[in-house]
Amino acid sequence: MFAPAPFLLKDTSVSQVMTQVCIALVPGIAAYAWLVGPAILVQLVIATLAALLAETAMLRIQKKPLTIFLSDGSAVVTAWLIALTFPPLAPWWLVVIGTLFAIVVAKHLYGGLGQNPFNPAMVAFAVCIVSFPALMSQWPSVGLQLPLLDQINVILGLAPRVDALSSATPLDAMKTALKLGEGTQDVPALLANQDIYGNFAGRGWEWVAIGYLLGGLWMWQRKLITWHVPVSFIGAMTLLSGGLWLVNPAQYASPLFHLLSGGAMLGAFFIATDPVSGCTTPRGKLIFGAGAGLLAYIIRVFGGYPDGVAFAVLLMNLCAPVIDLLTQPRIFGMKNAGKGDKA
Amino acid sequence: MLMNLFKFKGGVKPPTNKTQSLGRPIAQAPIPSRLVVPLHQSIGGTPRPVVQAGDKVLKGQLIGEADGWISAAVHAPTSGTVVDVAMHVQPHPSGLDALCVVIEPDGKDEWIPREPVDYKALTPEQVRERLQQAGVVGLGGAVFPTHGKLTASKTVPMEEMVINGAECEPFITCDDLLMRERAGEVVRGIGIFRDLLQPKRVLIGIEDNKPEAAAAMRAAVQAVGETFEVIQVPTLYPAGGAKQLIRVLTGKEVPAAKRSTDLGVQCFNVATAYTAWRAIAHGEPVVSRLVTVTGNVHEPRNYEVLIGTPMDELLKLATPHPDTDGIVMGGPMMGFLVPDPKVPVVKATNCLIAHSDRLFPPKAPEMPCIRCGACAQACPHELQPFEMYWFSRAKNFGKTQEYHIFDCIECGCCSFVCPSRIPLVQYFRFAKSEIWAREREKNAADQAKERFEFKQLREEREKAEKAEKLAKAAAAQAAKKAAEAAAAAASGDTPAEAPGPASADTAATPAAPSAADAEKAAKLATIQAAMERAKAQREAAQPKNTEQLTPEQQRAADEIEARRVAAKLVEPVASANPANEKAE
Repeated sequence: MFAPAPFLLKDTSVSQVMTQVCIALVPGIAAYAWLVGPAILVQLVIATLAALLAETAMLRIQKKPLTIFLSDGSAVVTAWLIALTFPPLAPWWLVVIGTLFAIVVAKHLYGGLGQNPFNPAMVAFAVCIVSFPALMSQWPSVGLQLPLLDQINVILGLAPRVDALSSATPLDAMKTALKLGEGTQDVPALLANQDIYGNFAGRGWEWVAIGYLLGGLWMWQRKLITWHVPVSFIGAMTLLSGGLWLVNPAQYASPLFHLLSGGAMLGAFFIATDPVSGCTTPRGKLIFGAGAGLLAYIIRVFGGYPDGVAFAVLLMNLCAPVIDLLTQPRIFGMKNAGKGDKA
Repeated sequence: MLMNLFKFKGGVKPPTNKTQSLGRPIAQAPIPSRLVVPLHQSIGGTPRPVVQAGDKVLKGQLIGEADGWISAAVHAPTSGTVVDVAMHVQPHPSGLDALCVVIEPDGKDEWIPREPVDYKALTPEQVRERLQQAGVVGLGGAVFPTHGKLTASKTVPMEEMVINGAECEPFITCDDLLMRERAGEVVRGIGIFRDLLQPKRVLIGIEDNKPEAAAAMRAAVQAVGETFEVIQVPTLYPAGGAKQLIRVLTGKEVPAAKRSTDLGVQCFNVATAYTAWRAIAHGEPVVSRLVTVTGNVHEPRNYEVLIGTPMDELLKLATPHPDTDGIVMGGPMMGFLVPDPKVPVVKATNCLIAHSDRLFPPKAPEMPCIRCGACAQACPHELQPFEMYWFSRAKNFGKTQEYHIFDCIECGCCSFVCPSRIPLVQYFRFAKSEIWAREREKNAADQAKERFEFKQLREEREKAEKAEKLAKAAAAQAAKKAAEAAAAAASGDTPAEAPGPASADTAATPAAPSAADAEKAAKLATIQAAMERAKAQREAAQPKNTEQLTPEQQRAADEIEARRVAAKLVEPVASANPANEKAE
């Protein structure tokens, strides 16, 4: 009988962790569904099925135990993040391609659970926005309330993609307007006059962001994540956007607008906090979060893409091992030693 | 008594499971049918057995003599007969055998004459020696010989003495009951340590889930008239780790590479203080200890158990449930399943837990690490267990050391919280033992290399010395020859000018050929000398049975020889043995 100590174990498992992450996404998903209708739920189902299928195939090929790894829930989390970052009325095959790429290439070809250097969901987003920029930029117009069947038809390609289905995100619209206006447009006026903007940011989207925030705070309270990444992500984005906004409020939106737009909240709490592809030391997490926040802002405001969270996270994923290496914490008994470590 | 407590990072809160065994007072475990007392029960040298099969022993009689300073004596736990001194399986995860004294008790439990002393009349050296001879060792689990910790550092003043009554491991309650029932003697024992080390303060740390023990200790401190501070520390595993308790009570962090005395702190377990008092004030060596018997049993309880009692016999007292399938020695966080239920209780045995799958469900299969960092947050030494795991698995042991694997105290917090169910501590033990093994190998190789290099050096030196000697002899020969030649050639000239080459001022031209000649001559002389030496050696090497003869033998031999010559059997020899004559 081989049973080394400790004999007592905390009641925890990978699948419990992943399940709790999914639960934490629920408030955001609820707000999302309220905003654009049940289409998002359909996408969640499509992505989940595709992910489980891909996971099964990859586990089979590697002859890994199916039940253990399928029930770990990691593929589901990836699938949900993909569904939530893709446009809700994106064609089904786009979501499937993204998910397959995430699971097969970004996860399993790098060694599977725990081994992927890049966040699989963000790889999927990056691949699709580069490969299918038009489809990835078509977001439903505000107030568009198609019945479930019509939404399914659009997703499955059985109904034509009408213009009303393809507006830009509030973030994208703001950038485009400011760019095209070449100084003639100003942010306060845009926010006041265009009905895609609500109280703080995109109409309705701001509530989705707050849903993610609530879920994230719950994860923090449950100790699934530490405070470092969300705080530094939000802090860095606030500082940069706030600085520019103070200098030129006509051309730069407020920090609140940026934090509640696009993938900022999802990124801060659910994506940049991914432990596998992110940093693990406390200082490393602070650097990682701040870097992701800064890059996300720079890419979304000055870059060519509607949002910058995916690229920001991927770029920081690249740096994570080095950051970890350079930010190893002092250990017990070495803090007052003064002379650094003995190694 | 309000004081600022410090915190250590990490730690976990496993269910304590202590109430089960706290219900009833300490009971005396009966004398078992046979005692198997291992000689090596403490850190340091293995005591030498001083009894043999057939010897009658009394309770408390010395059976194993301390071997060196860091070693503690071992005694007969009861009176009876030594039936064997042999190898028996040990309560150690390795399942290895070690030398044990097997005693068949006579049931009388008859003590040796005990000599209580007033330790204040003794010098500190005498007190330490008495403790060593009484086999007093750290009973918290590390079993370090206590006398070895009772010498104050010469350079660092002793500031705090920490007395460990935290007992943070789940299930274990023996220190709790000891403090509740025998607080007075614990406090007096602490008094001995205090007098030897002279610390400025004595801090007794007890986890705050043991209010009765803390109250009893406070009362005892007052009753004895001491000034020790009894401090309740937050219940957080592993607050009872020496380094953690020192941190909580004093704020000092003892690094792995240092001793706590370097920081002016020393730490003892409460049970150690108790046995020290019994040893000094009652003359009773350590022959028993308190053991919590708990887990999958009907009647969990604390027993005063004779060292050497087979664990299965002790466990029977608590009536284990039928599905019991093993015995864990120690707590559920750091303990281990004993390799055989018959292994004896030793000084390090603080707790036996009857193991069953119901009590400790089998672990779920190990999953890959998801780097969630739960282990790093739980680690009381602020290590990065997932990194150490990664490198241990890859057998990249150098990297594990960079991540401070030797600071790991194997408390099990990381394994406890790991959602992937990775037995992290096992990996670290593996890495550590591999590193040790490699170091031993390397040391052995280094030594061999050193020996070889020294041999080579010596041989070369001898060769050089020989060559030098030869060259000197040759030079002398050549000089002689040159002198003779010069003398012969220039018979009319003054002899002072003859050794031309010797003086540097004389003209170079005549000197050159003469030097070459001398060289040639020297070479020839060397060869000749060598040949002659070889010849002599050969002769010397020829065995001669006539060399070492007494005068009588010599005479007898000469007579025989004379007879043989007379009989014309052989040619007469000039002398029977000229070598012999020469030598004498």
